[in-house]
Amino acid sequence: MNAVVEAVRAVEETPWVMPTLDYKLLAPILIILGAGVVSVLFEALLPRAARRPAQLVLVFVSLVAALVSIIALQGSRSLSGRGALVVDGPGLIMQGTIVIIAILGAMLMAERGLDPSGDAFAARASALPGSEDERQFTARGYFQTEIWPFFLFAVGGMLLFPVANDLLMMFVALEVMSLPLYLLTGMARRRRLLSQEAALKYFVLGAFSSAFFLYGAALLYGYTGTISFPGIAAAVSSTTGQTGLLLVAVALLGAGLLFKIGAAPFHQWTPDVYQGAPTPLTGFMAAAVKIAAFGALLRLFYVALGGMRWDWAPMLWVVAILTMLIGSVIALTQSDIKRMIAYSSIAQAGFILVGVVAATPAGLAGALFYLIAYAFTTIGIFAIIMMVRDENGEATHLSKWAGLGRRSPFVATIFAVFMLSLAGIPLTSGFIGKFSVFTAAIAADDTWLVIVAVIASLIAAFFYLRVVVLMFFTEATDETAEVAVPSVFTTVALAAGATVTVLLGIYPQPLLDLIINAGVFVR
Amino acid sequence: MNSFPWLTVLGAVPLVGSVIVALLPKSRPLLAKQIALAFSIIVLGLTIAIALQFNGSTSEPFQFVEYHQWIPAFGVTYSLGVDGIGLVLIALATVIVPITILAGWNDVEEPNAESVGSVKGYFALILALETLMIGVFAATDVFLFYVFFEAMLIPVYFMIGRYGGAQRSYAAMKFLLYSLLGGLFMLAAMIGLFVVSGQLTGRGTFNWFELVGLDIDPTTQKLLFVGFFFAFAIKAPLWPFHTWLPDAAGAAKPGTAVLLIGVLDKVGTFGMIRYCLPIFPAASEYYAPIIIAMAVIGIFYGAFVALGQNDLKRLFAYSSMSHFGFIALGIFVFTTIGQSGSVVYMLAHGLSTAALFLTAGFLMQRHRGSSLLSDYSGVNKPAPVLAGFFLFAALSSLALPGLVSFVGEFMVLLGTFQRYIWIGALATLGIVITAAYVLRVYQKSMTGPVGSGLDAIKDLRGREITALVPIVVLSIFLGLYPAPVLNVVNPAVDTVMSVIGATDPAPTVGSTSITSEGTQQ
Repeated sequence: MNAVVEAVRAVEETPWVMPTLDYKLLAPILIILGAGVVSVLFEALLPRAARRPAQLVLVFVSLVAALVSIIALQGSRSLSGRGALVVDGPGLIMQGTIVIIAILGAMLMAERGLDPSGDAFAARASALPGSEDERQFTARGYFQTEIWPFFLFAVGGMLLFPVANDLLMMFVALEVMSLPLYLLTGMARRRRLLSQEAALKYFVLGAFSSAFFLYGAALLYGYTGTISFPGIAAAVSSTTGQTGLLLVAVALLGAGLLFKIGAAPFHQWTPDVYQGAPTPLTGFMAAAVKIAAFGALLRLFYVALGGMRWDWAPMLWVVAILTMLIGSVIALTQSDIKRMIAYSSIAQAGFILVGVVAATPAGLAGALFYLIAYAFTTIGIFAIIMMVRDENGEATHLSKWAGLGRRSPFVATIFAVFMLSLAGIPLTSGFIGKFSVFTAAIAADDTWLVIVAVIASLIAAFFYLRVVVLMFFTEATDETAEVAVPSVFTTVALAAGATVTVLLGIYPQPLLDLIINAGVFVR
Repeated sequence: MNSFPWLTVLGAVPLVGSVIVALLPKSRPLLAKQIALAFSIIVLGLTIAIALQFNGSTSEPFQFVEYHQWIPAFGVTYSLGVDGIGLVLIALATVIVPITILAGWNDVEEPNAESVGSVKGYFALILALETLMIGVFAATDVFLFYVFFEAMLIPVYFMIGRYGGAQRSYAAMKFLLYSLLGGLFMLAAMIGLFVVSGQLTGRGTFNWFELVGLDIDPTTQKLLFVGFFFAFAIKAPLWPFHTWLPDAAGAAKPGTAVLLIGVLDKVGTFGMIRYCLPIFPAASEYYAPIIIAMAVIGIFYGAFVALGQNDLKRLFAYSSMSHFGFIALGIFVFTTIGQSGSVVYMLAHGLSTAALFLTAGFLMQRHRGSSLLSDYSGVNKPAPVLAGFFLFAALSSLALPGLVSFVGEFMVLLGTFQRYIWIGALATLGIVITAAYVLRVYQKSMTGPVGSGLDAIKDLRGREITALVPIVVLSIFLGLYPAPVLNVVNPAVDTVMSVIGATDPAPTVGSTSITSEGTQQ
């Protein structure tokens, strides 16, 4: 009892010091979160008709401003906020990619030319599905512009996630990123019950995983007496003996983060959420959340827990193997393109983990390259899924893709390129990505993991190519969907995704240089 | 030594042609064919120009060398160059492509229930494939080779899957997955090689010249060799990795089958000579007995199955498998004659496969597309010219003396006898079965009473004869005078032999005179 009183008194007697904040280092995050606040005010103050244009201008201007400030920070390697945040090369690369993906994702979300009744989001999320209210709102052509503040806050959280340098900041970032996404998931315009079910599942399971993370953070604090990553690293490497508590803490923290990247066995939410969420959001989420969460995972395991690689590597080996195999095997049986891509994203997370396990600079570089390549391909894939439609909206059932190559050879060819990239065929970005993580893994003596990855790649190739077979080798039927002509928004996003996918496959050196020059995490 | 980037230009021309053909409007199928043919003939001309400049007597094994950085982060270079082996195979590819285009002029109809692809698409794919074939034989960087090796699958996948016959979708998928399986293991081995080279030299590399000089420890060699060999054995294909081939050949158009078996599968045996042997000499020696056993089993297995086949395209696929056994045998007996023979055999097999598949294709086209042997008999009465070419193709396949296939087969067997007399004797028996099934096919389909529905079939047209004549001329010319090929192949094989440190066994009295005569030295 006395000890506690002592501790409390000690805390009370420590003078509170105002943390010095380097605003330049925090500029990208502050711009986006500030824009989020302004965006809320827009919703409250602007007349209905003015909201969408104002929000779009705000979103794109703030994202571009954030991108510019990230580029301006290039080369920085310093701590901020009394060590709670760290700005370094890998962190900046991830932030930059997230912002670019957010720009492309916002373009998909702003698309209004595909669905005759509006965009991909419900006219009023509060109206009960199938109710008279819903019909009224749709008939009056209402739009839910509240998606934009949610979107901005989610992006803000994502930018914070990979640069968080202590456990508390990481948790805050995790929640800031996740909460708006839970809401957005439930806002699909069509098949609303599916969407709301997905949102609830995502929220419940996400809250569960956050609890895991928090519990792990508490245990790790209990073990090391600090929440800052460098402090944890020092404590981990200096202590010996009793590591039971530490291992439990690492497992719980890992579970929380692995949930976010959709790694097995924490992947069950992925197919439902990918399928139920509005497609542009799925595309944005699939690409950006993966980068942000992998960024956090990499920083936690490389910086804070780098000294105990031999303890966590076996755990990640098992997770990587499970993730690759479960993702690619279950994807074989999917008949809905969004669910198939969801399982594919699980398998891809497994391949990235192969690079993460290496715990070397090459592993970090490989994982970064893979993430960037994957993100652009994914945005492109969902842009096309948005465009392939029949009278009931997006035609996500695979049977409706039969013969698409005859109907719309150009779009089908681009989609085939995306599939080949995910399958890791040379001359696409996916191949270079696989190559870099496999190289890192073999150099770190994880040859057996690469053998498993190779087998999983083959299984995965089967379902990717099955889509190609459907589109090109099968006759079109009456069921075959049409490709709607999108507005400039989706066109730009699709073009960006396709260009990067091919360019990184043929000439990856500039990006590799950027990643290598970015160096490693600040410890 | 040569500043003009011949090989890059050679590879780029068909790619340009492919893009042009693909961009043509769908309503101009004839123009697409004409442009494709024109481009393939330009490429052939360029190849001849390169071949004429190739100096067979210089000590420099690789010529037309190009070297540029590509992905320095991974030690990857864009480096090209040809030795005699590469040159011969590029020549084979560039000869076969125009022949295929000409022979397959009317193979692809406008889209109908049977096929789902457009005419221009087929010819664009052939040209794209030609670029990749040139690249794969010209690459002197393992990574670059791998990129071509894997990228090559995609056009073939579409050629089978979009333009093939029944079961095309299944056959295309099987082909692609089998090849990817091999390719992915090769990828793992290739990365392993990169890492090992980094450990040995301090800087990882994929450059062939640097990799050949490495002294990799035998245990590592054995592991990496398996990855590479597995990919090549599937590609070639050797027994027991062959099951994709009959399906693919059976479902493909005759032209596709010619490119697939005649040229693409040679990448497997080419890879063994170019990569497996020089980079992993100790492992090659270690595994040679197993591979020779696989090759001999393949010779007999392929021949026996061919003997019992009723489907012509599948029959030729199995017969090719038997021939690939001979090629692999010649490579892994480690004698100069054997390896030179294998290269000649690759060339000869490409030509004879083209002749077989194309004449059979012409025949099938005239008879409702049936590929069943039992549907044909007595064709030589209504169509004597077709039957004549078919006989030639058959004789070329069984290696009649005077044809280039005889030179290849004879040298391979001679090389085998030098090293393993009993294996040589056994393999020679394979020729007998080859003769049996080839002649059986000819006898059943071409001779005897004219089968029902066959009495009215038309003989070969001018275009079809034009496509076949170059094959006949080349086969006979090189069969009687193989020196032009051997002069460029022998120095390349000598280099391979010296890199792997193998020496020919001391000649025994009886074979001395034949040896010097057979190799034209």
